[in-house]
This record gives sequence, structure tokens and C-alpha cells, in this order.
Amino acid sequence: MTQNLIVTPSALFFAVALVAIALLLNFKEKIGLEKDMIIGVVRAVIQLTIVGYVLTYIIKVNSVFLTLLMVLIIIFNAAWNAQKRAAGMNNAFWISLLAVTVSTGTTLILLVLARAIKFTPSQVVPVSGMIASNAMVAIGLCYRNMNTSFHDLRQPILERLALGANLKQASSGIVRDAIKTGMAPTIDSAKTVGLVSLPGMMSGLIFAGVDPTKAIMYQIMVTFMLMAATSIASVIACYLAYPNFYNADDQLI
Amino acid sequence: MTDLFTLTDVDFATSERQILHQINLTVTAGDSLTITGPSGSGKSTLLRIMATLLTATGGEIDYNGRKLSAYDPFAYRKEVSYCFQQASLFGDTVYDNLSFPYIIRNQAFDEAHALDALSQVELGPDNLHKPITELSGGEKQRVALVRNVLFTPKVLLLDEVTTGLDADTKAIVHHFIDHLNQHHDVTLIAVTHDETEINAANHLITLTNGQLEVPA
Repeated sequence: MTQNLIVTPSALFFAVALVAIALLLNFKEKIGLEKDMIIGVVRAVIQLTIVGYVLTYIIKVNSVFLTLLMVLIIIFNAAWNAQKRAAGMNNAFWISLLAVTVSTGTTLILLVLARAIKFTPSQVVPVSGMIASNAMVAIGLCYRNMNTSFHDLRQPILERLALGANLKQASSGIVRDAIKTGMAPTIDSAKTVGLVSLPGMMSGLIFAGVDPTKAIMYQIMVTFMLMAATSIASVIACYLAYPNFYNADDQLI
Repeated sequence: MTDLFTLTDVDFATSERQILHQINLTVTAGDSLTITGPSGSGKSTLLRIMATLLTATGGEIDYNGRKLSAYDPFAYRKEVSYCFQQASLFGDTVYDNLSFPYIIRNQAFDEAHALDALSQVELGPDNLHKPITELSGGEKQRVALVRNVLFTPKVLLLDEVTTGLDADTKAIVHHFIDHLNQHHDVTLIAVTHDETEINAANHLITLTNGQLEVPA
């Protein structure tokens, strides 16, 4: 199988040319993202190299404790990054941590119980990463959407409050839209999977020489688990976050 | 007549400026109070404080003999209804707006009552399912007013609700509001710049620079 995977360090070095093309375009169009792009590239190289060695060790040791620790680190990082989109919202980290933990935990437990994956580091860690990163993106989108909506739709919210609506009734439209926004990328990619993109897991398995029909079965499982995870994460994050837009006197801040 | 609102030394300040200074005011049940004054004098702020959409930073407000802070805000706002200047309608249709007061009370929509209320502001039954984008400014304001009074409130706080309306629509709104005051004992507290409304006021107070002007 591995004879298909021929990415050598020298091949990777030449792939830097691709980054150079992106940087050149960025300079030419004066987009102003060169610093972020360079930081992104450097971080990707360092982070992935470290993770590569860590994963090799965890898979070799095959310890339940280390596997769970790795899952917790992934969840913590996902929550930390998601809360950055909350623009100063109170308790954003704890809300994100709960949303990522419940969504990742529930999905993972169901997959293990259904024997779709085995509780081994080589399966649990990558699957957790996939679930947590999608939950992180969904939560971040929910926060951004809520911040924008609570700002732009201030008067309709005030009107609902003035009519005697409670906070949930006054915010229900915004919460619904934020959940939709959080789930939109997952739903869109589910609709176009195979037609527009051949997703990471499936491509990886095909690259590694696995029969495409088997790879597809895994991808179907991934699609289902990501839908579950992003919906759980979006619902938890939105319903716990919206009260932060009101003060103790039940007034819009 | 019993005192409905008693405001004692009410202040309101933001981090930038003092908006209301030491407001002392009594409003009796069934009153029709008109508040006027220059722009930026704190009229809307005072109304929003009485609607519990803002909290005074100083002083005390009693409503029906109890401190405002002692009330459940959601129940209070159903009883003391605040109507915005240039109200914005939500949802897609007039129905979305008129059904909202029923939804928040967990009650079934009473179409006959809603149609009757619309007719009182001279909007026909065909308006109920009309998209809000097809309504004129005056029609929107009348729908918003109906939305506020489908469940008759004890107090109606009106924040320049006739601003920008033509003379005919103003007359319809005035007639509707006066009817609520005279036949349903709804206490009215209205902020206005409108000369006709100021001249017709039963009980007029003026706010200037956040302070109540004492009549000469």
C-alpha cells in the first residue's frame, strides 16, 4: 500500500513553490495577507511535524490513557480557537468547551459502540480531530453570526422584548439562523461530496491503496458523524451563548 | 384617581454623559400624559426606563405601589407596552407580527380579534397576510400599534409614533389611541414633537437637557 505514498522531504520542499505562487498573487493584488500566510505555513509545518511524531508514539504505545489525553488536547484546542470568534462574549471558552466535548464525545462513543471504529489510537485520534475541527468551525460561525445579528437586528429584538417576549422568544430567530449558519458548511459539503470534492479521509484511503468502495463507506460514515457533531455543537453553543447578549435586568446590551 | 407611576429623583447616565437628572413625576391611572422637549433632551430614554428596556442609574420608580425592580420584566412589559418611533415589523407578513403577542402568551391566534383591531386603524382584512414589504410607512406604524394592543395593556408608552405620518394617518392613529384611553382605561404616556398633539395634550410636561421644566 505504502508504495503509493511518495511524498519525500525533497518533494515537500519543491511544494513550497506553490506557496510562493500564492504569496506572489497576494503581493500583486495588495491583499495584505502575506504575514498570515507565512505564519500559517510555518505553523502548519511545525505543528504537523510534532503531531506526526506524537501520533507515531501514541499508536506505538497503544495506551487508553494517552489516547484519551490526546482527544482532550484536541477538544481543548478546538474550544480555545472557537471562542476567539466570540468577540469578547462572556464564558465563550466554557460554552465552546462544553459544545465541543459533548459533540465529539457523543459522536465518538456512538461510533465505537456501533463498531464503526475501534478504540485504538490510530482510529480514535484522527476521527476525534475531524469531529472537533468541524465542531470548532461550526461554533465559530455561530458566534460570528450571532454577534452580527444581535448588532444589526437590535430594533426588532427590542420590539419583541417591549411586547413582553422572554429572552428565548426575543432571540429565537437569531438563534435559529446562527445554528443554520454553523451547520451550512457541513450540509453543503454533504450535498456535494463526491461531485465537487473527494474529501480528506476518502482521498487518504484511496491514496493509501484501499479499495475505493471501502473508502466510500468510510466517507459516508464521516459525513453522518460530522452532521451529528456540528448540529450538536451548534445547538449547544447557540443556546448557551444568546443569554450573554442580555444583562441581569433582561435588557439587550 | 390612583397613582400608577411615581418617579423619585430618577437619573440616567452613560459613561459619556448624564441624560436624565433628578426626574420627579407622578402619573395617575387613566391619565393621558404628553412629554415634549428638544431632541436629545432624554424623552425617549425616560420612556424606555418606564418600559424597563433601560434601568435608571439613580432614584426610584414605583408602579402600582411596588418598585419597578420587583416586577417580572416579561409580565410587566406585557402590561406596560412600549411602541417605537418608526416601528420595525418582523417576519414576512402582517400575520407574523400580529400572531407574535399570542405566541409569547402560548395562546391560539384570534383572527377575528386581529381583523377587528386592524379595521379600527382602517386596515382591511386583506392586509392580514400581506407581505410587510408591500406596506407603506403609515400602514407599518398602524400594524405595529395594533401589535402592541391586541392584548389591551394597562399603559401604552408611545415614542413619537406619529412622526413622519401624513395628516389622515395621524388622525386615524389619534382616534385609535384616544379610544383606548377613554373606553378601555389605557393610560397613555406619549413623547411627541408634533404641535397639534402638544396643543391637544391633557397633561403636558417638558424635558430640557434631561430635566423636567417646572411650569411657570
